[in-house]
Amino acid sequence: MSEVLIVRTGTANLASVQAAFERLGAAARMGTEAAAVRDAVAVVLPGVGAFAAALPALEADGLGEALRERIAAGRPTLAVCLGLQLLAEGSEESPGQSGLGVLRGVARRFPETVRVPQLGWNQVRCEAGDGMLGDGAAYFANSYRLIESTPGWRAAWSDHGGEFIAAIERGAVLACQFHPELSGRWGKALLERWWSRAQERVPC
Amino acid sequence: MLMVRIIPCLDVRDGRVVKGVQFQGLRDAGSPVELAAEYEAQGADEIVILDVSATPEGRGHQVETVQAVRRVLSIPLTVGGGVRVAEDAGSLLEAGADKVGVNTAAVARPQLVTELAERYGAQCTVVAIDARCTAPGTWEVVVRSGQESAGRDVVAWAREAVDRGAGEILLTSWDRDGTRSGYDTALLSAVSKAVPVPVIASGGAATIEHFHQALSAGADAILAASIFHDGDMTVGAVKGALAARGVEVRQ
Repeated sequence: MSEVLIVRTGTANLASVQAAFERLGAAARMGTEAAAVRDAVAVVLPGVGAFAAALPALEADGLGEALRERIAAGRPTLAVCLGLQLLAEGSEESPGQSGLGVLRGVARRFPETVRVPQLGWNQVRCEAGDGMLGDGAAYFANSYRLIESTPGWRAAWSDHGGEFIAAIERGAVLACQFHPELSGRWGKALLERWWSRAQERVPC
Repeated sequence: MLMVRIIPCLDVRDGRVVKGVQFQGLRDAGSPVELAAEYEAQGADEIVILDVSATPEGRGHQVETVQAVRRVLSIPLTVGGGVRVAEDAGSLLEAGADKVGVNTAAVARPQLVTELAERYGAQCTVVAIDARCTAPGTWEVVVRSGQESAGRDVVAWAREAVDRGAGEILLTSWDRDGTRSGYDTALLSAVSKAVPVPVIASGGAATIEHFHQALSAGADAILAASIFHDGDMTVGAVKGALAARGVEVRQ
């Protein structure tokens, strides 16, 4: 059985992600080595914590480059919450620091007209097209978000004081602002679709 | 738009759910794992586990309980009770909690809230406040299960907690808790207007009307224990009734 590699970034709470994959029957392993990230069949970049704390760790260890390569090659990669923001050009949370630049835009704080952090379930609506994402209700826990899509990717949108990127996908690469591992049956089904796509690509 | 969250609360002592639980069809009504799974199946949006163990020995089961619940639960889990220092929160998050609640220890040492928010983020940091009404429109913070006044104003403490990085306020009306007479809507309104973060209403729910009143007063989520444990109403029934009143819930 192939396993999923969960990238340990700083103080992120990884138990929920790990438990979700174990419920799918996938073996989950934690790792931080760039070589492992390069070679793993499936990689999860989770994210709870601060942008500023997570990013230097990624760049210093060569993890950032390994992630960029995987994503450019379309290899199965799942980014969650802060993980999605780390793929963008940067974040208002830590001005002056560059993200991995895979996704277009800078993560910006929600406006003061709504509750921040966004903690709770919000409706997700997908753009037309084929992919893993579908419409449904997802659990979010974030104060920053992207508000533009990236050409060549298929986005799903939610609304909290205006529309924002709920998730975005290209091939076997999926980045979710919400937490699929905490989004009940709907989230589980999405993880299942990503995981089965990842397994299709296991070389015989 | 964010949907309203319905959150069953499990009071756990020495690894077992206390407060009578009267579910049909459960093998073991005292098991936090079985109850959490049952509530998720009913449509709960989140689970809160509050450790009410009287002793540190009793609380020794806490990490085990969180790990066991996490294995079955695919919705958010908030855990409170006994968190004194940031490391306590760290071990709960490591075990599988998504958010950690602090109450008495934060009142005694507000810096704890700052430490949690800096280390784990605002979205992990829930400050629970027990409020007692002292005069119309005024509430004081009470601690040690309501036995002691903290000598602080509830609205001022909620503001300070959020300034220190709290990402959510769990607000319990000590006057209403266990009375089944409805939430203290004036309290909810005062606190939810004073802070930009979500506010969870707790204490006093017995009817759909009570839930609806709390939401109208500004609550973003509602927490209840006995109404669900007694089997009076399922989470699904509450959500159905709220949806019928035009409230947006996840179904």
